[in-house]
Amino acid sequence: MFAYYLQLGMRSLRRNPALTTLMVMAIGFGVAASMITYSVFRAVSGNPIPDKSGQLFTPQVDAWGPQQNLKGEPAEALGYVDAMALMRTLHAKRQTLLYMVQMSVMPDGERDLPLNANGYAVGGDFFPMFEVPFQYGAAWSRQDDQSRAAVVVISAELNQKLFGGADSVGRSVDFGGHDYRIVGVTRPWNPRPRFFDLFSTQGFEEPSDFYMPFNRALDLQMRTGGRNSCRGKLDFTTWDGWLQSNCVWVTPWVELDSAADVASYRRFLESYAADQQKAGRFDWAPNVRLRNVTEWLDYEHVVPPESRMSLLVSLGFFLICLINTVGLLLAKFLRRSGEIGVRRALGATRREIYTQYLIEAAAVGLAGGLVGLLLTAAGVSGVGLLFPPKIAQLAELDFSLVGLTLLVAVVATLLAAFYPAWRAARVQPAWQLKSN
Amino acid sequence: MKLHPMIAALRKHKAGVVLIALQIALTLAIVCNAIFIIGQRIDRVNRPTGLDEGNLFLATQQWVGAPSADTPDGVARLDAMLKEDLAALRNLPGVASVAPINSVPLLNSSWNGSVSTKPDRKFSDKGDNVRTTYYFSDENVLPVLGLRLVAGRNFTAADVQHQGFRDNPPRPIVILTKDLADKLYPKGDAVGKAVYIDGSGSPSTIIGVVARLQVPGSGTWTNNFAWNSTLVPTRLNANFSRYAVRTKPGQLDAVMRTVAPTLYKVNPLRVLDDDSVKSFGDIRAKAYRADVGMAILMGVICLVLLSVTAAGIVGLTSFWVGQRHRQIGVRRALGARKVDILHYFQLENLLIAGSGALIGIGMAVGLNLALMRYYEMDRLPVLYTLIGVIAVLVLGQCAVFVPARRASNVPPVTATRAV
Repeated sequence: MFAYYLQLGMRSLRRNPALTTLMVMAIGFGVAASMITYSVFRAVSGNPIPDKSGQLFTPQVDAWGPQQNLKGEPAEALGYVDAMALMRTLHAKRQTLLYMVQMSVMPDGERDLPLNANGYAVGGDFFPMFEVPFQYGAAWSRQDDQSRAAVVVISAELNQKLFGGADSVGRSVDFGGHDYRIVGVTRPWNPRPRFFDLFSTQGFEEPSDFYMPFNRALDLQMRTGGRNSCRGKLDFTTWDGWLQSNCVWVTPWVELDSAADVASYRRFLESYAADQQKAGRFDWAPNVRLRNVTEWLDYEHVVPPESRMSLLVSLGFFLICLINTVGLLLAKFLRRSGEIGVRRALGATRREIYTQYLIEAAAVGLAGGLVGLLLTAAGVSGVGLLFPPKIAQLAELDFSLVGLTLLVAVVATLLAAFYPAWRAARVQPAWQLKSN
Repeated sequence: MKLHPMIAALRKHKAGVVLIALQIALTLAIVCNAIFIIGQRIDRVNRPTGLDEGNLFLATQQWVGAPSADTPDGVARLDAMLKEDLAALRNLPGVASVAPINSVPLLNSSWNGSVSTKPDRKFSDKGDNVRTTYYFSDENVLPVLGLRLVAGRNFTAADVQHQGFRDNPPRPIVILTKDLADKLYPKGDAVGKAVYIDGSGSPSTIIGVVARLQVPGSGTWTNNFAWNSTLVPTRLNANFSRYAVRTKPGQLDAVMRTVAPTLYKVNPLRVLDDDSVKSFGDIRAKAYRADVGMAILMGVICLVLLSVTAAGIVGLTSFWVGQRHRQIGVRRALGARKVDILHYFQLENLLIAGSGALIGIGMAVGLNLALMRYYEMDRLPVLYTLIGVIAVLVLGQCAVFVPARRASNVPPVTATRAV
């Protein structure tokens, strides 16, 4: 019976090509607009570290005070003084400080021009905390952190450029005139959004090239390659002056496994801020925050407003297309009241009529979905128009999106067809037969 | 024509009427807001920067193994390297003038602070402080960027100092934009007066005022100080540098291609990547990409939406015309003219579209309020709603015309036939 209904449906669709095209196009456009914007939204609003996003926290301490802070919120990063004080006590299971650094790989062998490299100065805990996958070697140890060793972990991409992808662990590389021993090579790794550094980035960047020990970077007096936000008088001129200033540039992260650990760390933060107040460094009450990855992504507004807004508008557009489809299906089905009357008189049940028209609608939905798929494919390659390339390249037409497009088109059309099919099934056979 | 029988007739088609009205209401809500967004984005993109934007490009480079900018000796060496680069660029054929500069409008890399007419102000002192962006450059900045001096004088070579990137030495003279000068000295007599930079205690004398110069930030966060720029006659010395270059007319591409080889010839220990040499046109396009994209997206959605709605009206009205074939025949037989039938359907559509539009106004305002709450949007002006209402009513009339004409062509003889 299903095949027969499908055949009937197809015939009926062919009978009114203009109306059918109209419905198919409306569904196609509606579903495509929604899917294109959804693909971008999905990319930017994803959870970059799903299994640990509830255990990684970034502590914030207000060192600026109510006059100069961000409308009551502490700065989004720490200054050197507070960052070092928080890390000195090993209060969390794992903890790291990090800031963005820029270095150049000096010419060597066949390369006669230097290479630019962007990376992070981090603690050894960074790698297990953020689940950085290694291709060769491993992270450096806490001893390396303490001994301020000249070691480095490089990315798969940089390893490809420098060593042709070979196992380079143990070899040395010249960054800006200093030699570093390579202890590890990561697999391609670039969590997006880059939750661990939303202070210096918008969350969507090219992968980092290297990671070096935080203490080593301080020894070399490496200024941050990212953001540096200051309050108060900017009268410092030396490195030490900068370290002691009210400038924030270090992002701290801690790993806390249980709710009790979180509560205890929060108390620790508050007592630290209270101590600073007592010592006269802060003349305001403790103002601290401890946000996990999800809360941090939310607070930093990682999802661009364009993404949310265009998704909203597209969904509205899709809704209108569906209302349009309801109207057109209603017209189409009821136009065949005579036919329905005959079938009902010949013994078809309401349920059968209902099924027949729903199947016809599903065919329309499927056709709309296919049109939508083509438009989505075209649109996904065109999202570069609306979003910066770093975000646009995240939007891709994968299997799940193809499946979702077809599914949404069919399900939405079926929803739209419920009422028209119900009306069709309620056609009174006697009335129709009489007027014929 | 009386409305009463028409409304009675519509009651027979409740579902269809509700659907069309709802569709028109939603269309109105989205189209009004979309057009408003398009208008706002176009306004933003069309803001003049104050620059002569043609024949202008920016080169950014980074030295490798450069001396530290934290020591006086390092600063001196960095400055010598900077001057070497400037001389090499200046000697290129096709180059009109070159200036070192820390940023240009729309580049989204900026050094911001605040200036005051009083010394030793704290950041927290509201009112006295006016937010500004600093441009650090030399005496060539006006001709290179194409800025128009409206009062006072330009910098001279003797005015230009140099400093390490992180230093904060006193700044004896500055040039301000007219917007900023007028905020500090509303009487328009800023030239010769003093300003205090970032809460400093030492005065900076305003020696000139330029007509307009936008800040580098293009985001909405700069909206309240978009024209407050301060020009400082200082070469910044760091391990990287930027050069704004004005070429002779028509030679932009040719000169841009020679920049990287020229600089590498001066000193190969530096990094210049694909992004390093950018025409101002590219900088502008990148800064406003999201705005232009949003305007195009909204435009496309509006067009498709209006087409879908129009097609929906055509479809449903055609269906009604088919259903009422016999009644139309009867009316015609009883003396109604073709034009009466035409008007009937037109008026019917006006009635439905009108009620849809009324609901739509509410929805448009609601959507606008929601957008205002979550995004940086302004209140939807009444004008846009009115334009939207007229647009959907006209759309309805256009869409109904074809089926209504077909209805008016139903011959009176239909009345005598069983359908």
